[in-house]
Amino acid sequence: MSFARLVLVVMAKDLRAELRTKEALNASLAFAVVILVLLSFVIESDDVPQKALGNLLWLVFAFAGTLVLNRSFAREVPNDCLDALVAAPISGAALFLGKALASFLLVLAMELVALPVFGIFYNVRWAQQFWPLMLVTVLGTWGVTVIGTIFSALTVNIRLREVMLPMLTYPMLLPALLGAMELTGDLVTGTPIGPDTVTWLKLLVGFDVLFTAASVTLIEFILVG
Amino acid sequence: MRDKILYVLGALAVLVLARNLYVIAGLPQEAAQGAIFKIIFFHVPAAWTAIVAAITALTMSVQFLRTKDFKYDAAAVAVTEVGLAFLAANLVTGSIWARVIWGIWWTWDVRLTSALVCWLLYAGYLMLRHAIEEPTQRATFAAVFSILAFLDVPIVYFSIRWFRTQHPAPVFLSSNGSFPADWTRVLLSNWLGLLLLAIVMTAIRLRQEESQREIDSLRRAAHAM
Amino acid sequence: MNAVAVEGVWKFYGDFPALRDVNLEAASGACLALIGRNGAGKTTLLRAIAGFSKTGKGVIKILGTSPREPATRRNIGFIGHGIAVYDELSARENLTLYARLYGLPDPRQTAIEWLERTGLERVRDGLVREFSRGMRQRLAVARAFLHKPSVLLLDEPFTALDDRAIAVLQSLLRDSLAEGRTIVLSTHQLREALELASDVALLVRGQVAFHGPCTPEMVADPGLVYRRHGEG
Repeated sequence: MSFARLVLVVMAKDLRAELRTKEALNASLAFAVVILVLLSFVIESDDVPQKALGNLLWLVFAFAGTLVLNRSFAREVPNDCLDALVAAPISGAALFLGKALASFLLVLAMELVALPVFGIFYNVRWAQQFWPLMLVTVLGTWGVTVIGTIFSALTVNIRLREVMLPMLTYPMLLPALLGAMELTGDLVTGTPIGPDTVTWLKLLVGFDVLFTAASVTLIEFILVG
Repeated sequence: MRDKILYVLGALAVLVLARNLYVIAGLPQEAAQGAIFKIIFFHVPAAWTAIVAAITALTMSVQFLRTKDFKYDAAAVAVTEVGLAFLAANLVTGSIWARVIWGIWWTWDVRLTSALVCWLLYAGYLMLRHAIEEPTQRATFAAVFSILAFLDVPIVYFSIRWFRTQHPAPVFLSSNGSFPADWTRVLLSNWLGLLLLAIVMTAIRLRQEESQREIDSLRRAAHAM
Repeated sequence: MNAVAVEGVWKFYGDFPALRDVNLEAASGACLALIGRNGAGKTTLLRAIAGFSKTGKGVIKILGTSPREPATRRNIGFIGHGIAVYDELSARENLTLYARLYGLPDPRQTAIEWLERTGLERVRDGLVREFSRGMRQRLAVARAFLHKPSVLLLDEPFTALDDRAIAVLQSLLRDSLAEGRTIVLSTHQLREALELASDVALLVRGQVAFHGPCTPEMVADPGLVYRRHGEG
């Protein structure tokens, strides 16, 4: 079985399992909406520039996304399913990428629902720079997903897993979140990506490439100690 | 033999630092900032020492993954803890400096912010270790985390710096004029003193870690009886 | 070439040696029963043989190569303490998944076949979380056998099985041995295991205290090996 097909098999398995119960997805969506509501009490939309609201959107994405990312390797713990995956003739890299892709799609789905809600709550016409915004969302989400997935593997066996994962990932994600925030802040207010802000785009791409490569390399050590 | 070396190094560290304190007290005050400027002699080398610790931790982590020898794991945790202590010293001296100059306890200047994020990153390393019971898994996962954290450090610094060029804020924790040559010598000499101190602290922590491992394995052996 | 070869293996948890200089082999077509008290290292040894963890010292070979080689992994079937099937998927979805992961030519058909073989075809679209314990165990057995592995590694497979599941497993194991496959199983249920075993190894505190053929004496009196070579 080719590498790509194995990745898709793992991805399909995770997606099917999650979509059957939708527990993490619903929790994530609900959490996103709740944060958006809470933030409205902190921010009076007239005072705060719309750009800052765009920045805050990524806080929402990061926090709500963690609920999905936590599940990634955690779902392999009951019944010792991880053993069977490690025993199967599938490389750690294929396993990792399959899971990361599944989580990526789920988090992206949550974000695509949260985005219009954000637009409605805060009266932001977010679709002005639609395709650049989608690009930034995809790049930023992939960065969050890769780190979230590798850390999900690192925290699979430990106490207080749900608490540890956010504590460990957010410092690591700072550069990607910073880049995504800055870009989204601009795009959501209709400002296209300019010569100043294109650096953030390069940062995002660099972050994604670096940590995807690092994770794919290191995953074997995590799976077979 | 090892003890003797440590005593000598410790004595040397104390001598160097004591001599430096005497020299620093004798230096003229800096024009714009006054006496508090001299905190730079500890503030900057503390950060440099932390960087050396981070590089050492990376090397030890990679070596552990390659050889599975626990002495590398012990070295990694020892050097990370010492590095965290020195980074904390950097943060505290920076805070004191800010308080004296500007009357505020904190500022989000590039270097301080980067130092804080890196401190959180490596504190996560210690938290992860505390949460994993089984020694081999703990060492392996911690090593992977340490490698990922080190990869992130330059990106964190760069992203915060780029953020600050986009959103400038006063940078005051630096010298306004040029740094006199003989002051540079004192700075480097103080760095030497701090490095010696760091080596002694790491060696002590290393010994404690090895004793702890021995106790753990004895405890396991006792349970198995 | 032995199907399973364990040479000079040590396994450490930190500094504690869970396995100490273990030397064992199982020839093709043999059934090796691994017995020993709790904490003797049976699970540790089986997991090391299966390639789940790296050993501190020594070499483990399955069919002449490392258990981690992809080609070798295709030839290993493992049943551990957990059933390794997904609660949120159906029995059929679980088996199809593993058939795909093992690169079998017709995953769906293989899944159906094995559901029939383990008596689960009537509940094939039921979610595993609704299954009884015995049904889950039978599904685990199907999962481990469906890619027709040459080497089967089973960690206390008879524990907590109901009668039907025991019968299914024993029949499958006998068929496998008849087909020339190799089995290494650890067990507390001495009677069921010794009936199938051709060889027996006793682990005491991480070391092999006894390793030899399984005699009719042992089958008649399962505690014999413990008394002769174990401690108390």
